[in-house]
Amino acid sequence: MLKQMTDALNFNATALNLRSERQRLIASNIANADTPGYTARDFNFSDALRQATGRTSRGGTGIPGTSLAMATSRSGHMGLNGQPAGAARPDLNYASPAQTNLDNNSVDMDRERASFADNTVRYEATLRFINGQVRTLNTAITGQ
Amino acid sequence: MSMFKIFNVSGSAVSAQTQRLNVVASNLANADTVAGPDRQAYKARQVTFSTTPMGEVGTAGVSVTSITEDNSPGRRIHDPKHPQADAEGYVTYSNVNAVEEMVNMISASRSYQNNVEVMNTAKTLLMKTLQMGQGG
Repeated sequence: MLKQMTDALNFNATALNLRSERQRLIASNIANADTPGYTARDFNFSDALRQATGRTSRGGTGIPGTSLAMATSRSGHMGLNGQPAGAARPDLNYASPAQTNLDNNSVDMDRERASFADNTVRYEATLRFINGQVRTLNTAITGQ
Repeated sequence: MSMFKIFNVSGSAVSAQTQRLNVVASNLANADTVAGPDRQAYKARQVTFSTTPMGEVGTAGVSVTSITEDNSPGRRIHDPKHPQADAEGYVTYSNVNAVEEMVNMISASRSYQNNVEVMNTAKTLLMKTLQMGQGG
């Protein structure tokens, strides 16, 4: 029964983890805006989240917390996508440069700043969702 | 918790931009020095940035690998009355280009501000995460 309660939080916890990974990635891009030869990296958030929680948007179970992932009983077991289960390692893509540079630096500061602001807001939104779910659980436990 | 690495990354960027600003300040300060008896005027300096990995792929800080001198010849002004004028009456000044240095300074200060803002935002988010679940 405890698993059902914490499963509801699992999805948002994974989302929060991925959001902070993306934050780190964008911060690295902004830090290297002046470095010659640096290519900006990013990843597709919805794909990574889908991969990490084992859900598919089409044909997956609509019930939060349940998934069609393979059952694993030890930490070394692999999940459906060949990676160790529970690893939050999204596939990194290279950002395509908006303008070519003499020094081959592909960081577009405007796009990175916008992505950073966007990711910040969504991180806070995920935090609020988690807080809301915790409050709901608390209400269910205390019964008022 | 991967967001803590942001402080390392942005901290390294801020430090690298500070070194760049230092070099710009040195260049501008020495823009009007003349060559001494050894005929070597002040040579403008430039920093070279390079990416330093800080952990896994995707976390990359930046560091200054070297400070190189610009070897282009300095400005030569014809001024026979100058105490440092050579045999033909020319005085050799430094090869600092003030306009380039000002552009460098603006770019460095924008990068500095951007990275400080990244650090502030990360700090705010982490503080909010600390209060997660406390009736937020």
